[in-house]
Amino acid sequence: MEWEAVIGLEIHAQLATRSKIFSGASTAYGAEPNTQACAVDLGLPGVLPVLNAEAVRMAARFGLATHSTVARRSVFARKNYFYPDLPKGYQISQFELPIVHDGYLDIDLPDGGTKRIGITRAHLEEDAGKSLHEDFHGETGIDLNRAGTPLLEIVSEPDLRSAQEAVAYMKKIHALVRYLEICDGNMQEGSFRCDANISVRPKGQEAFGTRSEIKNINSFRFVERAINYEIERQIDILEAGGEIVQETRLYDSDKNETRPMRSKEEANDYRYFPDPDLLPLVLEDAFVEEVRTTLPELPDAKRDRFMSDYGLSRYDASVLTATREMATYFEATVEASGGEGKLSANWVMGELSGLLNKEGLDIVESPVSPEQLGGMLKRIQDGTISGKIAKQVFEAIWAGEGDADTVIEKKGLKQITDPAAIEKIIREVLEANPKQVEQYRAGQEKLLGFFVGQVMKATQGKANPGEVNKLLGKLLQG
Amino acid sequence: MALDTETVSKIAHLARLGVDEAEFDTYVRNLSDILAFVEQLNAVDTSGVPPLAHPLDEKQRLREDRVTETDQRDKFQKIAPRTEAGLYLVPKVIE
Repeated sequence: MEWEAVIGLEIHAQLATRSKIFSGASTAYGAEPNTQACAVDLGLPGVLPVLNAEAVRMAARFGLATHSTVARRSVFARKNYFYPDLPKGYQISQFELPIVHDGYLDIDLPDGGTKRIGITRAHLEEDAGKSLHEDFHGETGIDLNRAGTPLLEIVSEPDLRSAQEAVAYMKKIHALVRYLEICDGNMQEGSFRCDANISVRPKGQEAFGTRSEIKNINSFRFVERAINYEIERQIDILEAGGEIVQETRLYDSDKNETRPMRSKEEANDYRYFPDPDLLPLVLEDAFVEEVRTTLPELPDAKRDRFMSDYGLSRYDASVLTATREMATYFEATVEASGGEGKLSANWVMGELSGLLNKEGLDIVESPVSPEQLGGMLKRIQDGTISGKIAKQVFEAIWAGEGDADTVIEKKGLKQITDPAAIEKIIREVLEANPKQVEQYRAGQEKLLGFFVGQVMKATQGKANPGEVNKLLGKLLQG
Repeated sequence: MALDTETVSKIAHLARLGVDEAEFDTYVRNLSDILAFVEQLNAVDTSGVPPLAHPLDEKQRLREDRVTETDQRDKFQKIAPRTEAGLYLVPKVIE
């Protein structure tokens, strides 16, 4: 039987506020345990949560960027469960009336098409603390610094049909929250993580199969692997005549498998109810419109503009807009090069990205600045150096030997374009290789490459290739 | 609607309340009475009335995103039963 996977993602993005969602404690990562957990975060008696305006603004930004409705009225609810990293015994979240709902995002498919993925909702909630299970003589250590950090939980429709689509969607959301500057997207520090709901059904069937939920996956690679593993597991069970149990599973990246979480004695029963400590959140139209005017150019719009302004392919434009930093670097390069869009794209995606990958560097850490790269491209464009010599120049800039003009000057890499100078060298080459000249003139025209090579060798690659080809052809005629 | 012993036991567990076997009958009766009392509201025709999401007809005031809290860990941890290396210690919980 042919099976079809049905996947929905719940992405948790920590909002990049300075203070927590309901208290004035700092959200900075990496502080000493519990030094950023105040009375509100600890859930001490008599405290009152007060909502952070910036968290609201960030949620609204996300809503507007995903064509969603930004609710003029939303309500905070208590989600009740007991766990030591949740001191109040409930998490403040939103349930029936979330701040953002009914939006979408278009993802690119490998075949070049696009697919629209629905965003059911995105709601504000507080993060929990962290439990440390090691090294405390059989006890668990609790660090509540993270408790109360604002989260935007972004829930997709079950529109995804493969692990690849899920990853494409997650990457797109990741890029978007960073463009919007509402989340730093740091997956290692847990600022951006995801749960996946997965089921399979016979292809063509309308009704969904029974789903399992995989919790807390914190890398794109693991999302892909975990989903693929889970799809296989479910198909194997169904094909063997078994049934899928609705349950929460954990992905073990070491073993590349999912396994059931030690099941809580009771099925989830969160008994949500409106939080009496918090009044309904009411947003005025004027506020929403004001937020709209502050939105930056978003990835899709930027991609389309790169295609029309610089004549780039959709693929190239997508790569160059995948992160805001990449797009900024590219545009600065184009500017410094005097408007060389395609050439800049080739170098940013080729040599530069290659070396960055090799050295494990992010584009913001690039040893070659966009001004330096653009300056070098200018020298390719005006014929000072050839594309081939440029690679040498680029490596020298990378190694800190100065900008393009300095390197070209210091290393004597300036291209030889003077026809008289080139002609002189060609004549020397022809004189030194009379046998090949004879063979060429007898009809072995493929020897042209040999002569080009000899001329390049004699000039250390500095002769202008166009000029060499033109003159060689002429002089070889005899 | 009358509750049964099983439901009351589940509610007690969700709230992490220890209830004596002997007290179950009392709780079953009391909670059922409360539900029956509230159930009278069902007599009102509410079709066309939007559900009430919050009892207060006021709106939330927001605070500026500013760090106003200082580290008071030592004070807070004085009243904690057990701490170590800045962490609150609790009986082992692991999923």
